[in-house]
Amino acid sequence: MKTKPKPSGQYADFMSRAYTMELDATERYAQFAEQLETHNNREVAQLFRKLADIEALHAKRILDEMQWPSIPALPPAYAWDGAEAPETAPFDSLHYLMQPWHALEIALRCEREALQYYEDIAASRAPKQVRDTAREMAAEEAEHVRLIKEWMKRVPRPEAGWDEDPDPPGVTG
Amino acid sequence: MNAPLATVTLQAKDFKSDYKPVWCPGCGDYSVLSAITKALAMLALRPENVAVVSGIGCSSRIPAYTTCYGFHGVHGRSLPAATGLKVARPELTVLVASGDGDGYSIGGNHFLHACRRNVDLTYIVMDNHVYGMTKGQPSPTTEPDWPSKLAPGGTGLREFHPLVIALASGANFIARAFSGDPNGCATLIAEAVRHPGFSFIEVLSPCVTFRPEQRGWKDVAHPAPVAFTDDPGRAARRIMTDDGFNIGVLYKGNRPPYGAAQTSPGSVKDLEKAFQL
Repeated sequence: MKTKPKPSGQYADFMSRAYTMELDATERYAQFAEQLETHNNREVAQLFRKLADIEALHAKRILDEMQWPSIPALPPAYAWDGAEAPETAPFDSLHYLMQPWHALEIALRCEREALQYYEDIAASRAPKQVRDTAREMAAEEAEHVRLIKEWMKRVPRPEAGWDEDPDPPGVTG
Repeated sequence: MNAPLATVTLQAKDFKSDYKPVWCPGCGDYSVLSAITKALAMLALRPENVAVVSGIGCSSRIPAYTTCYGFHGVHGRSLPAATGLKVARPELTVLVASGDGDGYSIGGNHFLHACRRNVDLTYIVMDNHVYGMTKGQPSPTTEPDWPSKLAPGGTGLREFHPLVIALASGANFIARAFSGDPNGCATLIAEAVRHPGFSFIEVLSPCVTFRPEQRGWKDVAHPAPVAFTDDPGRAARRIMTDDGFNIGVLYKGNRPPYGAAQTSPGSVKDLEKAFQL
C-alpha cells in the first residue's frame, strides 16, 4: 500500500490551523442555528445548520488527509490576525429578524476571509509543501465564494426596513 | 477498560447543558458562555467540582446553560450566596455571573464587600450598560447622555466605574474582557480562576437589541498597552485614565485570600463553650 510522506512540522502546523478554522466555523454556524431556532426563525436556522454541516465536512476532509485519528479534545489556541479564526463569523453577526440572504452574506464574508488567509500563505515564504497546499485551499475557498454568490441569487434580497418590528421589544428609542 | 474519570479530558461542550439560551441572537452573552465553558475545559476541571452562582438578569441565566452546579439566586445577591458556598465548600471552584444592573446597582454593596473579603471567587460581570431583561432602562454604567424613552436626553448621571471601585475595595485580580474575542475572554477567565482570592472580570458584552450601537465596540476594543501591575497605586492611575476599552489583566494583587484558618469553627465542644451563657 502506498503511504503518504510524513508531513514536515510546519506542514502539520499549517494543516492543524486549517482544521481548527473549519472546526471553529462549524461550531459557530451551529450556535447561530440554535439561536435562531430558539427565536423561531426556522428558515435561517436551517440555512446555518446546512452551513455547519458543510464546514464539518471540510474539517473531516482535513482529518482524513492528515490521517489524524480524531478530533483533539482541546484544539490548539492559535493566535490569528483578528480575534478569531478567519472563517469564523463574529457572535454579533445576527439579528432576530434576519433573512436567508443575510446568513449567506455572513458566509460570503467568512469565505472571503479564508480565501485571503490562504492566498497570503501561498504568496509567503513558507515551505513549498505549505505554499502548494495553501494554493489548493485558496482555490477551494474561491469556489466556495462563487457557490455562495450563486446561492444568494436564488434567495430574495431583503427589502429596506427588513429589521423594522411593528411590535418592538423595548421601550427605548 | 474505561479510563478512570479523573484522566478524561473534557471539552468545552461537556460544560454546556441541554438548555438552549434564550438571549437575543447576536447577544454578547453567548460568547461569554462559550468562553466560560472553554476556560473550564482549559483548566481541566469537572462540572461536579464547579458551581456557577448568579443573580437576576439576562447574564444571570448562565448557570442553567452549564452542566456545573448552579444557583440562580435573588437579584443582586449572587455574591453573598457564592461567598457562603465557597467558605463552606472551599474545594469547589466557584464562578459568579452577573450584569451591570444586578452587580453594580442592586448588588452594588455586596460587590464592595466581596472585594474587601477576598474570598477565592471569580466574579464575571457582563456589562452592556443597560437593563436588557426589563427592556432597556439605563443602568449604573450607562453613559449620562444616552437617550431613551425612559430617560429622554439621558440620565445626566455619572457612570459607575466598576474596575476602580473593585481596586479600591480590595479585589485581588482585575481584568477587562470583550465578548467579541471569546478565546481571549476564555484565557482571562482561566487566569482569574487560577489567581487566588477575589478575581473580578468586567466583560464588555454588547446588547444588540437595546444598544445596537455597541456592535461598534469591536472597532475600539484593544489589548491593554502595558502588562498588569501588582501596585494598586499604579493600577488605579491606569484604570482611571484608560479609555474603557483596554482588554487584558490590569491588576494582580498578592493579598492572601480569606481562607480555611479564618473559617474553621473548631470542635463542637468549643462552639458550645463559646455560646454558653
